Amino acid sequence: MVASNSSDTRAGLSLALPALMLFTGVVVIPLAMTVMLSFHDWGQYKGIEPVFILKNWIEIFDDPYYAEMFWRTFRVALLATLITAVFGVPEAYILNRMQGPWKGLFLLVIIGPLLISVVARTLGWALLFGGNNGLANKLLMTLGLINSPVRFMFTETGMVIALAHAMMPFMVLAVWTALQRLDPQIENAALSLGANSLTVVRRIVLPQIMPGVLSGAIIVFSLSASAFATPAIIGGRRLKVAATLAYDEFLNTLNWPLGAAVAVLLLIALVLIVVGSNALIERRYQEMFR
Amino acid sequence: MSRNGPLALIFHALFVVFMLAPIVVVCWVAFTPEGFLSIPITSFSLRWFRALANYPEFVHAFGVSLWLGALSSCVALLFAVPAALALSRYRFRGRDALSALFLSPLMIPHVVLGIAFLRFFTSVGIGGTFVALVIAHVVVVFPFALRLTLASATGMDRSVEMAAISLGADGWTMFRRVTLPAILPGIVSGWMLAFIQSFDDLTMTVFLATPGTETLPVRMFLYIQDNIDPLVTSVSASVIAVTMTVLILLDRFYGLDRVLTAKGGDAGR
Repeated sequence: MVASNSSDTRAGLSLALPALMLFTGVVVIPLAMTVMLSFHDWGQYKGIEPVFILKNWIEIFDDPYYAEMFWRTFRVALLATLITAVFGVPEAYILNRMQGPWKGLFLLVIIGPLLISVVARTLGWALLFGGNNGLANKLLMTLGLINSPVRFMFTETGMVIALAHAMMPFMVLAVWTALQRLDPQIENAALSLGANSLTVVRRIVLPQIMPGVLSGAIIVFSLSASAFATPAIIGGRRLKVAATLAYDEFLNTLNWPLGAAVAVLLLIALVLIVVGSNALIERRYQEMFR
Repeated sequence: MSRNGPLALIFHALFVVFMLAPIVVVCWVAFTPEGFLSIPITSFSLRWFRALANYPEFVHAFGVSLWLGALSSCVALLFAVPAALALSRYRFRGRDALSALFLSPLMIPHVVLGIAFLRFFTSVGIGGTFVALVIAHVVVVFPFALRLTLASATGMDRSVEMAAISLGADGWTMFRRVTLPAILPGIVSGWMLAFIQSFDDLTMTVFLATPGTETLPVRMFLYIQDNIDPLVTSVSASVIAVTMTVLILLDRFYGLDRVLTAKGGDAGR
């Protein structure tokens, strides 16, 4: 089981062969076809023409409409990521300090929504946001946090809040996993040496769970940037992000090549951002991964 | 062990309210007797749950979702169990690449997968069919089935298998009587998690579903595009109830934190 030898290779590959064939046939080939599709031509009356042109790519990079839409996609994703970090990290810490059955119960309450239909959850936000006298506005005004109603539906504000809610379990989970690896004795040692609890969190806990926070942030960011249901329901038909634009090009305009180009660009941008930030994190926290 | 202070508990309470608010609101409004959306609701009624029976499109979509989830999770396991055994037991060239490929549906945005599947199935002539939906769902739920099976297979003591072989069992008997029972908890939880993922998927399915093969999330999404009324909240409440039941079963059976950490890490959708 240690060194790779030919009988291991044969046994391993033959067991994995069905899945390998499935993935080659139904993932690799379709993705390659989609990349090809983004170079095809399309016209209202002629449909898709299998030629090799840069038309769609030039259109995406030339027209400020697409630039604005991509900036919105990444702006909304970044804000949602920040919110999940600011609230999710302390919550994971609190959760980890809970005792006995409470810990299990609240873990279920907080990460359970991850598996509940995102359409149902977003519908919940649409109900809470409502119009000017939605429940969210009433609550914020009663608490005196705002003076006049805030528009949530069909705005980026609403999109960010609903996305942050949908992604929160991923952040809590990533930080919670990092906290599991922490040695509580180090915290106790710092306390016994006279540090107050805020200092302990800032100097002892936070630096150690930082890789967990950052990997949570990468997950949340890439999922938010490619999210479809939440932006589509909260943002409506006009406030588009990359995923909803690709959907419209495919199923409403029927300009498949342009939609494919949008999707491929989103995929490339995400891969670059994720690989780039992973590399940065690993360099910064190299000593912790040894 | 230090306890949480009062400030921490207030933060925690607000956080829990934030997490539960949209889910509670949907379930609450579903019981309204009114013909429109009103919060808070004035009295309690099952009117909109009864109304569901008169909307065959939702009932049909629910049936499609159940079938699709059950079938694609089973097929995914047929591929995932041998793959998990291969990845957990043998060190071979290309093993890391293989495992990256198998987990790739977690990293590739579902909107991209949906487009790729639509393009592919249309060009091979099975676009819009139930078979196409099953194939697409098998691929998307595969990583969940694989990870949980892998977690059990990695922790398994292989000397029991050796003992079975030395006592004269053939390979198939050993798999059926020794290996399979040992990794069964992982397989069952993998199935449940795969089922939930398939049952809930919207982003990828919305590209492939046609009026005859619409799943429940797709039907709900298209409905919400036109109007939001009490009917769609009662559908949502029913979906939430189904998922919660599976979730609680999963938690009792295997531990939700274990299920999700095996899935988590670099997970992405």
